Amino acid sequence: MLIAGVGLHPFGRFAGRTATDLGVVAVRAALAEAGITRRDQFQATFCGTAYGGVASGHKVLGALGLTGGPIVDVEAGCASGAAALALGVAAIDSGQADTVLVFGIEKMPKGMIRSSFFEPWREQAGLSATPAYFALRAQRLMRERGVTEDDLAAVVVKNRRNGVGNPDAMFRAEVTAEDVLGSRPVCGPLRLFMLCSPNEGAAAVVLRKGTGGVQLRTAVLRSHLPGNVLGEATPLAGLVDDGDIPSPTTLAADAAYEAAGIGPSDLDLVECQDTDAARELLAYEELRLCPPGDNAALLRDGTVGPGGPLPVNPSGGLLSKGEPLGASALGQVVELVRQLRGDAGARQVPGARIGLAHTVGRGANASVTIVSG
Amino acid sequence: MSDLLRDDAGTAVLLGSSCGGCGRPSFPRSDVCCWCGRPDPDPVELSTTGTLWGWAVVHSAPPGYAGPVPYGMGVVELPEGLRVVSRIDVADEAALTQGRPVRLVVVELPTGDPEDPVLRTWEAAPC
Ligand SMILES: [Zn+2]
Repeated sequence: MLIAGVGLHPFGRFAGRTATDLGVVAVRAALAEAGITRRDQFQATFCGTAYGGVASGHKVLGALGLTGGPIVDVEAGCASGAAALALGVAAIDSGQADTVLVFGIEKMPKGMIRSSFFEPWREQAGLSATPAYFALRAQRLMRERGVTEDDLAAVVVKNRRNGVGNPDAMFRAEVTAEDVLGSRPVCGPLRLFMLCSPNEGAAAVVLRKGTGGVQLRTAVLRSHLPGNVLGEATPLAGLVDDGDIPSPTTLAADAAYEAAGIGPSDLDLVECQDTDAARELLAYEELRLCPPGDNAALLRDGTVGPGGPLPVNPSGGLLSKGEPLGASALGQVVELVRQLRGDAGARQVPGARIGLAHTVGRGANASVTIVSG
Repeated sequence: MSDLLRDDAGTAVLLGSSCGGCGRPSFPRSDVCCWCGRPDPDPVELSTTGTLWGWAVVHSAPPGYAGPVPYGMGVVELPEGLRVVSRIDVADEAALTQGRPVRLVVVELPTGDPEDPVLRTWEAAPC
């Protein structure tokens, strides 16, 4: 399946611009690349958004005079854009459509994310503090995988350095390990610079049946299995013997590798969910980039750094870009397409041919998308 | 949602279920086992003591929370084989250690809602 066009509105804070405004920019760019000027040139639209509200996708296509076909808004937490992508793929695979528009938009409030996921009593009890769940997960990684605070800082330093080369990122200044470890403690061991910022942005992809160009190999969405108390599902209770329960990311990754007929060793670059610094280190093992326990080694030996054999988050990751939930996953896909086309400028991974994008979040939902070119 | 706890003179007795099929405990109580899907698990009262498995200190109030800050939050491991998310009555990360025995106590928190101003919930206190 051909990725016929991509478009992006930079991620950041844009006072005075609505989510619709952001979406229009990304969608126009993607349609232009795909050579689409009329409503009859695509048969379905899927719009990922978690906070957009009623008819978010319709408002964007309405502003462009392109309504008339089916438009469906899709919510799957941090994987919303990827869920929209999976539905677009299915529409083409089923023969219902030859060409599909998929986009994601978001305008997040500042600060700690408020989620309707939590019942009011859980908010009132203080049990909706998202950074605390991140911290508990980071602590477990440190206990069971030998990750250190210096490793957490090193993830931030790596991604922020990568972000310098990304004109669409929100933070484009390098930070040092001292900066990271000196930033305000949020929930031990996590400090302010180790957490990504919810923000605003949009991204769009046009899918078309066909060969050539950059190919979408597979777009997989999976949810959690019951049992783990620290997973993104954030249940009130979990089982003690949760170590053998595959995470939603691993479920998605295994299915994606099988569908694409490749393995982790075939990848040239990865864009993964670095909601916090520990989340990226956990993703290394969940995506089978390394055996459990080698998480920090992958970072320390430069494997995932710039110029390494498998750069992770060469875009700067969410730590540099910020996270507009609905747009985040498709922003990763736009990044991979630019890398595979050789259009990634200062952050270009030389000779990149196969890329993987990963998101995971509330639900729990996890996505793994593989593109090649 | 069904009641989460019974207040036994200040001790928080969490109300859970135990499945006759897979044998696993669950919390909160429900009509179906959340691990295996078998209906009608047995209602049980969970242990009121356990050990600390993980903890964090929350320094600024999350949305919808009107209680005091900073406060402790973490996971308590109960002898039934269940890890339960819980407030912790110690807001000092350095003062806690993994595996430390804790007991569950009832705590009342302001909700900020004039129609229902007090939330009665549980927290873990070091023994
Ligand atoms: Zn059961």
